[in-house]
Amino acid sequence: MATVETSETAVSAAEGEGVRRRDFINVAAVAFAGVGAVAVLPTLINQMNPSADVLAAATTEVDLSAIKPGQAIKAVFRSQPLFVRQLTPKEIAEADARPVASLRDPQSLEERTQPGKKQWLVTMGVCTHLGCVPLGAGEGEVRGEFGGYFCPCHGSSYDTAARIIKGPAPKNLEVPEYKFTSDTAILVG
Amino acid sequence: MSFPWAEQYTPVNPLMKWVDDRLPLPRFVYNAVGAGYAVPRNLNYWWNFGVLSGFALVLQLVTGIILAMHYGANAGVAFDSVEHIMRDVNGGWLLRYAHANGASFFFIVVYIHIFRGLFFGSYKAPREMVWLLGLVIFLLMMATAFMGYVLPWGQMSFWGAKVITGLFGAIPVVGEPIQTWLLGGFAPGNAALNRFFSLHYLLPFVIAAVVILHIWALHIPGSSNPTGVDVKGPQDTVPFHPYYTAKDGFGLGVFLIIYALVLFFGPNMLGHPDNYIPANPMSTPAHIVPEWYFWPFYAILRAFTFDFFFVPAKLLGVLAMFASILLLFVLPWLDTSPVRSGRYRPLFRKFFYLLLVDVAILGYCGGAPAAEPYVMISQIAAAYYFAHFLIILPIVSKIERPLPLPNSITEAVLGHEPAAVAAE
Repeated sequence: MATVETSETAVSAAEGEGVRRRDFINVAAVAFAGVGAVAVLPTLINQMNPSADVLAAATTEVDLSAIKPGQAIKAVFRSQPLFVRQLTPKEIAEADARPVASLRDPQSLEERTQPGKKQWLVTMGVCTHLGCVPLGAGEGEVRGEFGGYFCPCHGSSYDTAARIIKGPAPKNLEVPEYKFTSDTAILVG
Repeated sequence: MSFPWAEQYTPVNPLMKWVDDRLPLPRFVYNAVGAGYAVPRNLNYWWNFGVLSGFALVLQLVTGIILAMHYGANAGVAFDSVEHIMRDVNGGWLLRYAHANGASFFFIVVYIHIFRGLFFGSYKAPREMVWLLGLVIFLLMMATAFMGYVLPWGQMSFWGAKVITGLFGAIPVVGEPIQTWLLGGFAPGNAALNRFFSLHYLLPFVIAAVVILHIWALHIPGSSNPTGVDVKGPQDTVPFHPYYTAKDGFGLGVFLIIYALVLFFGPNMLGHPDNYIPANPMSTPAHIVPEWYFWPFYAILRAFTFDFFFVPAKLLGVLAMFASILLLFVLPWLDTSPVRSGRYRPLFRKFFYLLLVDVAILGYCGGAPAAEPYVMISQIAAAYYFAHFLIILPIVSKIERPLPLPNSITEAVLGHEPAAVAAE
């Protein structure tokens, strides 16, 4: 192969030609095959993304009417736990009393709730450390020394606004995108 | 490729001669693992573990293909189908235990094989490519073992998949889309289980292909040996068959005895009981741990608990874990000592044993809960691991005064006896 190309180059150089017809055909054929190979890549890659039925289940509606102040429920959002809590005035006061600048992931309770709905704390039930489900949403579960959530895996403690205070987790419990569809219902996702 | 004095394949049977003329496959096997492969005469039992690794791969392939005939790769039925294998399928319990423990034993023999290479300098010129291909096999093994552990769809399967794919989520900006793309959803589910099964079936064959390259690359210079001295003549080698087929056969017998002991008397000894609880996305096991063979790397992952130069701790841990393996790819160029074998390197030998202890400590911490004092111990041990390869090894190679090497393999075996001198 190499010798053939060398001799061809020698010949073309001897004839003083630039690009020969065969060179053009060679480049065109390889380029065409290359474009074809690249063209199928998006399909091969994109098939691994969430399918339509998974995406269809990507929003969750939660009815808030049954949740009393101080209570929390676990819902399912994108097959992961979602914590919905109605904070008591005391819990709101505790969260507001904490200086935002002193936090590992500085966020105020206002930033983590919807305007005028400060008592409704909606967060993912997924610890930001390694993804465990923290305790505190169920009746009688340990809520940790800051009265919010407590992750039993590696001891991360969250406050009443579900902000990380102590332990290895780097971030506050994530607040998903959601909106109030009425005063007593939210649509998450 | 072999030494010029290696035995030649000469078929006597006319049928074999006919085959050899048309497809020289018997000749290929003869030269690869038969009498046609000349091997140093002084290999010790640490050299058994290459063949044992190969045996473990075949064991996993055979049991795995059979298990796949009874397993249902669907999140709705996966757990039950594994229980079906355990209770209903004829001999299914044996096949599943053989496969699950086979994975552990595969890692045991491969780890011994790797440390054999580390001690006797098998990664050095001219065998760098053998070492690099071996590391590729190791990475493929890790991926295959991880995906295999997800298939029973128990609690450890589910949360292991979540934590490990969560590692990719630590990458800035593109991390989360990559995690979703890997899982085919926002959390491990049916899509993830199916693709893991598909890849878990595929990768062992890729491993088998790389094993062929590994052996091919080995047979260019030929096997190393405990003295690290090059083969100088016919008196230094013996044919692979029957000398090492017999020696490896004995080692295989010992291996099978230990394997059978665990298989029949402690089949769940190396597993985690929580994996007998069906996967539940709503509740986390109190103590998520990977299988034991990942513990040293898991300890390095968790050793980073503080941010550094705006790089979050989680990302640092992920980078360190991958770096701890990728580092081994440059090992042949970090250890510049011309002496291969640790036998003749007194200083290197001490640090080699320290590394062994260090990896054992990392392994212990990786299996322990992420609390003090284990976090601090794994931080020190992880730092030492990197220091061993990046600082200690290059310095030792420079300052060490090695012991005198034997003049030849034969001299090392027979001493300065007249017979040995006459043979040379």
